Parts: sequence; structure tokens; C-alpha cells
Amino acid sequence: MTAIETKKLSYKYGIGTPFEIKAVDDISLTVEKGSFLGIIGHTGSGKSTLIQHLNGLLKPTHGEILINERNIWTKEVNIRSIRFEVGLVFQYSEHQLFEETVFRDIAFGPKNIGLSEEEIKARVMRAAQAMGVHENWLSRSPFDLSGGQKRRVALAGVIAMEPQILVLDEPAAGLDPYGRDKVLTKIKEYHENSGITILLVSHSMEDIVKYADKVIVMNKGGLFLYEKTDKVFSHADEIVEIGLDVPQITRLARLLKARGIDIGDDIYTVERAKARILELLGKAKK
Amino acid sequence: MLKDITIGQYFPGDSVIHRLDARFKIVFSILAAAMLFTAQNFIGLGIAAVFIIMCYAVSGIRFRMILKSLKPIVPLIIFTGVLNLFFIKGEEILLSWWIITIHTDGLRTSAFMVVRIITLITGMSLLTYTSSPIMLTDAIESLLSPLKKLRFPVHELAMMMMIALRFIPLLIEETDKIMMAQKARGANLDAKGLIKKAKALIPILIPLFISAFKRANELAMAMECRCYRGGEGRTRLKKLKASILDFLAFGLILCVFGIIIANNFAF
Repeated sequence: MTAIETKKLSYKYGIGTPFEIKAVDDISLTVEKGSFLGIIGHTGSGKSTLIQHLNGLLKPTHGEILINERNIWTKEVNIRSIRFEVGLVFQYSEHQLFEETVFRDIAFGPKNIGLSEEEIKARVMRAAQAMGVHENWLSRSPFDLSGGQKRRVALAGVIAMEPQILVLDEPAAGLDPYGRDKVLTKIKEYHENSGITILLVSHSMEDIVKYADKVIVMNKGGLFLYEKTDKVFSHADEIVEIGLDVPQITRLARLLKARGIDIGDDIYTVERAKARILELLGKAKK
Repeated sequence: MLKDITIGQYFPGDSVIHRLDARFKIVFSILAAAMLFTAQNFIGLGIAAVFIIMCYAVSGIRFRMILKSLKPIVPLIIFTGVLNLFFIKGEEILLSWWIITIHTDGLRTSAFMVVRIITLITGMSLLTYTSSPIMLTDAIESLLSPLKKLRFPVHELAMMMMIALRFIPLLIEETDKIMMAQKARGANLDAKGLIKKAKALIPILIPLFISAFKRANELAMAMECRCYRGGEGRTRLKKLKASILDFLAFGLILCVFGIIIANNFAF
């Protein structure tokens, strides 16, 4: 089953003004249900514009988008219902908090769906637990929490709508290393427990390859690369060429390879590099 | 989208008019307005209009912009025109039909008023088209500085204006982002009915206010860290300087003014 499909999707900002820019250029891709997809690219590469199409916040200038095999820009589809199917968490999502208590803020989405009180409560509880939002925060004001805690409350607010597809734009941006790890592990856990499709947009290649099983690299509005995580770094040269970073350990593997020690093109974690190096050393001893 | 709104109508350029001192330009605008109200007949008004159009030609601002500046006052123009047309009575009747009578004097006054308003707005717009908001606030501060003697907080006022202008685009961008985020959570922003509409605004206004206050706080802190302490003894990076050009322009305007006054007596 495909969760998301785009056909020749293009989007221009500022049509008819001197400032017209093609932000997304002719992107065709399919995303399998249940996958964890990472999207990486420079600022201005069109990542954010692309993901705002997925829940119908932007209407493509050209091309089509299919969510759960349904074209979302036809008359039969109510675009608001798509927003409940595809949860979108923006960058610095803590800026969207507004309610008096954490509970009511998380409940905002489910309330908009029009669920019953009990269902809303159950969903808030589930979402709070999934994001590690402590039960005794629920009655407090969201503005009394720390940055990382606010971020997780905002994430819970989207997760509480229980969307089948969750799109996260830089969920860890601007957090300290502890908050970063916490948010990303919670998201990974949630993916494993719920089996929904997750798209994670990030600047950091290390974060992406650590969590995603497939990776999209975007460049200048176009699809530059769409590969399984294992295979991404066989394109390491091209990735470096468009100015993106590869993980430190991948860089080490490439330097070793240049000196005649090939430990493989699929090195992006220290564990795997260690295993390969030990393997090679073992062989060398024999 | 909200982003498409432009605040401030400054068109950067390098024409003679752009290079004039903003303080002089404000004075010129006031003089031009006075000129328009001094003119008592069409000839005087015509001279003033031609003068303003020539200024536009020199400034390099496209004539299409004149129409744009007139757009918001179309209702006022129509209102003035119609009111004068029907309510000014003279001796000569131009047209009489049912209860409507139009006098020749009415037609003349109405046309005169309409032309006067149009030239007035066109002339005033040239000021904002050719001077950046920062130049204008600086100029206002400098022109109002005599009021300092009366303990009027001139510098503070100018600083407030400048900060407000600086933050408008940021706030618009922020509103856009928050709207998107709440829409993604299913907020129904196009709800019908007054109460529902007001309620739908809460999720946007509260985060917006919070971030605006936060920004204000941070700005105040940053200013204090750099020892900002108001206007007294403060020097500027870009000093407004009057040049020969400004005095020449001043002379030119006074000439035109003189011609218009002379014209009033001649006819």
C-alpha cells in the first residue's frame, strides 16, 4: 500500500510578481505505508514547501497528490479531513501552544475532529504518554514548561489526532542535546508502536540516518536522491558535491577507502564501522 | 497569502527627488498642499498639477503608481464629487430632470474639488514613494525637535515608529506560520458567525501576542545591553544633510507658489 504519492508536483511562490520562485519542481515519488522516511536538503531546497502540500495547506501549481490512494484536490474530498489524516508538525512547534492547560492544548486537534469527550480524553492520555508528557503537567499552563517539554506537548497535540501519516519539520531544531535525543527517540518509539507512516525533515544527516529507513535528498526544489538508508552513502560524493554533510563516521570510512581500506559504502553508524573494522582486522590476522 | 501584503510604499531609486533631504521633502509636501488650497481657479490648479506630474517624471516612479495611490480614496472622491454636484446652487441651470437640478456652478465646483483631492493625494504619495520609512522617521524627529523644549518626547516617538515599522513584516510572517500550524490541527478559520469567528481567532492571537511580547522583551534587553538611554547626546550613522539641491528645489517650489498666488489676483 502506498501512503503518499505525488505526480509531477510543482509549486511556485508569488505567481505574477517579479519575485516568482519555483519552490518545488516536478517531484514524483511514492511513500510506502508504515515507512519512516527522512527528508534532507539545504535551506530553500523546497523541503518545507513540499511537506505543506501533503495535508493540503498548499495547493500545487501543477501535478497531483494522492494520500492513501485518493487524490486530495478533487471535489469529493473535504480538505479539512485530510488534515486529520496527515498530521503536520511545524518547525518550532511550541509557538502554536495557546491553551490554559497542557491537557486542553493537546485536546485542541481531537476537539476539531468532533470526537466525544471520553474519546478526546483517551486520545490526549495516549498522546501524552507517547511523547513522554508527564501526567501532572497536564493541568499546568504550557507556558510554564521548558523548551523541550513544550516541544513534546506540541507534538502530542498533533499525535492526539491519531493521523495515519505524521510529518515532522525539524522536530529537534533548537533543542539541547538531551531534549533532541528525547524527542527523536519518542518519535521512533511511536513509529514502532503505532506502525504509522512518518516523514522526518531535518538538516542533520546524522539524525536522519539514525532513525529513517529511507532517505530523500532534495536540492533546488527537485528530488535529488531517493534511496534506502543503507544505499544513500554510495552516493556520498554527489551528496558532498551539493554541499550537504555526511556523518562523521561516513567521512572516516571514505578516507579509509581512499587509502585502500574498504570497509563498505553503507557506514553511517559507529557500531557498524566498528564491526566492519574488527572483521577486517580479524581477516588480516589470519 | 498574508505575505503578499507590502507595508510602506518606498521605491528605491537614485533620482534627484530621491536624493533630496527628507526634512525638505516633508516641508515641500506641506507647501504643495498649501499650494493646492491657495489655487482658486482651474489655471492655478492646472499649474500645480503639471508641477506634481513633472516631479513624478523626474523621480522615475511609474505613472501606474499614481492610480495605485488613488485606489483607497475612490469612495471619498465620488462622495465629494456627487455632493458638490447636487448641492451647490448658482444662477444658471445646466440640467433639470424630476427632482434633480444641476447648476453650472455645481458642476464646476465638483470638478474643482475632485481634481484638487486627486492632485493632493498624488503629491503626498510622492513623499512616501521616494523616501524610506527610516528616512522619514529621522526627518520627523528632526523637524519636531523644537518641541523637545516643551518636554515632548520626540526621540522616543520616532524610535517607537521605527521599531513598529521594522516589526510589521516579522509579525506578518509569524501570523502566517501560526495560522498554518493551527490549520494543520484542524482549526476552522473560515467559520461563519461572529462569535465562532472570534473564537477561531483565539488560537492565533494568543501565540502571536506571546511571541510579540517576548520579542519586545528581548529587544529592550538588547538595547539596554548596548547602553541605549534615549535621545540625548545621541549621534547618528546617517546624518540628514541639506545640500544646494534642497535649496534649489525650495526656490523652485516657492516660484511655483508665487505664480499660483499671482494667478489668483490676475483672474
